[in-house]
Amino acid sequence: MRTPRKAAKWGWRSQAFRGLVFQLVAVALIALGAWYLAHNTLANMQARGIQSGFDFLRQPAGFDISESLVAYQALDPYWKAFLVGVLNTLRVAVVGIFFATLLGAAIGIGRFSRNALVRGVCYAYVELFRNVPVLLQLLMWYLLFTDLLPPLLDAPSIAGLFYLSKAGFSFPIPEWGAALGLVAIAFVAGVAAAWFHRRWAIRQFEATGRVRSLFLAPLAIVLGVTLLGWLVGGAPTAWSIPKPEGFAMEGGVSASPEFLAVLLGLVLYTAAFIAEVVRAGIASVSHGQVEAAGSLGLSRRRAMRLVILPQALRVIIPPLTSQYLNLTKNSSLAVAVGYPDVVSIATTALNQTGRAVECIAIIMAVYLTTSLSTSAFMNWYNRRSAIRER
Amino acid sequence: MKTTFIRNSVGALVAAGLAAAVPAQAGKTLDAIKARGQLVCGVNTGLAGFSAADSQGNWTGLDVDVCRAIAAAILNDGNKVKWVPLTAQQRFTALQSGEIDILSRNTTWTLTRDASLGLNFLATTYYDGQGFMVPVKSKVKSAKQLKGATVCVQSGTTTEKNLTDFSRANKLDMKPIVFEKQEAATGAYFSGRCVAFTTDASGLASIRNKDAKDPKEHVILPELISKEPLGPAVRRGDDEFYAIAKWVIFGLVEAEEYGVTQANVDQMKASQDPVVMRIVGTSEDTGKLLGLDKDWMVRAIKTTGNYGEIFARNVGEKTPLNLPRGTNNLWNKGGIMYAPPIR
Repeated sequence: MRTPRKAAKWGWRSQAFRGLVFQLVAVALIALGAWYLAHNTLANMQARGIQSGFDFLRQPAGFDISESLVAYQALDPYWKAFLVGVLNTLRVAVVGIFFATLLGAAIGIGRFSRNALVRGVCYAYVELFRNVPVLLQLLMWYLLFTDLLPPLLDAPSIAGLFYLSKAGFSFPIPEWGAALGLVAIAFVAGVAAAWFHRRWAIRQFEATGRVRSLFLAPLAIVLGVTLLGWLVGGAPTAWSIPKPEGFAMEGGVSASPEFLAVLLGLVLYTAAFIAEVVRAGIASVSHGQVEAAGSLGLSRRRAMRLVILPQALRVIIPPLTSQYLNLTKNSSLAVAVGYPDVVSIATTALNQTGRAVECIAIIMAVYLTTSLSTSAFMNWYNRRSAIRER
Repeated sequence: MKTTFIRNSVGALVAAGLAAAVPAQAGKTLDAIKARGQLVCGVNTGLAGFSAADSQGNWTGLDVDVCRAIAAAILNDGNKVKWVPLTAQQRFTALQSGEIDILSRNTTWTLTRDASLGLNFLATTYYDGQGFMVPVKSKVKSAKQLKGATVCVQSGTTTEKNLTDFSRANKLDMKPIVFEKQEAATGAYFSGRCVAFTTDASGLASIRNKDAKDPKEHVILPELISKEPLGPAVRRGDDEFYAIAKWVIFGLVEAEEYGVTQANVDQMKASQDPVVMRIVGTSEDTGKLLGLDKDWMVRAIKTTGNYGEIFARNVGEKTPLNLPRGTNNLWNKGGIMYAPPIR
């Protein structure tokens, strides 16, 4: 009696068995499809005498790149050129995400302002920047920078230190050598000290009810410790100051108009979406919470910071992650305004080597890795700020 | 824009992946052209004098005429051509994937392209070299004065590498600002973002003439920093079509050398000069060897004229481009244009 029942368990009548078979078949079909595409592409390319493979990455690239975060010259191999492109993409993405978050949060909160003008401006901003394609915005900023700004040699300056011209925005940087390291270490130490002070202040507040400054005291700690580091380093004062020299800016640091156009375009566009995400998050917190905070005697500002935003954050973070990913992926439009991001470098490499499949695969891998890392980080942060059930 | 390029490239790659993996057979392209009654020709999206469409969609230019001549030789009608405008990045993929039969798009013939992209260059139709254009008011007289200068370049070309080579050799430390589209690169140059613009000298003449507000405000510097033999290419693996396309171009040069023109090609059928008789097909049937008939060259010359006429009509001294014949003159007139004999 038992044997037939066992057969029924692993026969076509068993739901578990059928499920397993169908899943195996589905996986096999997908794998077969992928193999067929890959094999066929390779066979076709071979039949047409098109070379393939990633060996070209070790060959010298042979082209210059206008801006780079790491030392790069034309004779360096292709992989290094790609590295320069990836770093340029990350540079615009990281700086862009930082500013877009600040601006977007400010505008999102501004839409709840009691001042009608502030509300109106924030509303107009969102509708204007959200509804114009980001590529047009990039092109517009680039056109403004290159058409309206003065040429390098006639560039007006603020006290001979800051220049804004067709060559970009130039500003002085300290030339302190070893002392700069000390200053940086002191700054990090200052931030750490300020963080401990903040924890202590909050604990004190919870224990005694005495409100301590969470802004001025930490600021004083950071500045003081940094100043100490600077003094220990011998109080150096040398700065590298920009100066127009021939066709280029000598000294200082310059942010190119290409970088500025991409940054500004992405920040302003993404901030409009982030503002909406923040607004939705704040609106999701029930009004009773505001009233409760008010009846506890919290000011509007305090109520926003201590009661509403922490709860809104749970709603805000998941869609915010998507906006961060969008900003990073939209940075691939940079080539339209001549910024050497990873797509631009890959396009040049593709043309010089003819390795289309490989170069597109590299672009895809770069964006996939960046996006997955961003998601992983934001998911971690989301879990951290989620409601903890006690 | 960028996305279009990626879409096109990916599309082409997927197409290459889906197409059944059969080795290319000789004669396939010619049969396909005859069956569809059309030659599909990849051209520049717009480069005055080489390939540009007017408001009615009529294409003109030196590269365009090459395709017309080949279409006339095969299909007996120089208008039976489908024009596919391509950016610099799209061009090779379009040819590899079979989207076009022939690529006639001011493309430089180099070893890497010839050996690794699955294509065969036919012949040089224009001997060019890379140059620089600067505003007159910059007072730059030589490319060697461009130390530290920003230079606007279009990506997807040989120009980026030449620029870097020249910059390194002369320790100029130039900064290339690379744009995907030619219009974006020239736009940035004309707005003053770059000190100089670089591309092939013929392209500089075309851009100065067509895109500058006042052509007199820009000067093309005397240095040519590279050799740029521009010519059409076909897909590898079809020797029959390769031979036809190649010999139509040689035929146009040979016709100029022996004085066969668009106007006199019919009278020339009465000529007793043995070379002319071979070109116009009144003695040996050279067309038959190529898989065509004996009037193949007569039709090509009737459609576009010989090489000298094509040059004069599109880019020569009486056109706005006003390019001197120079290196592109016939070998016996001081240039290096030389065709193997038709016999």
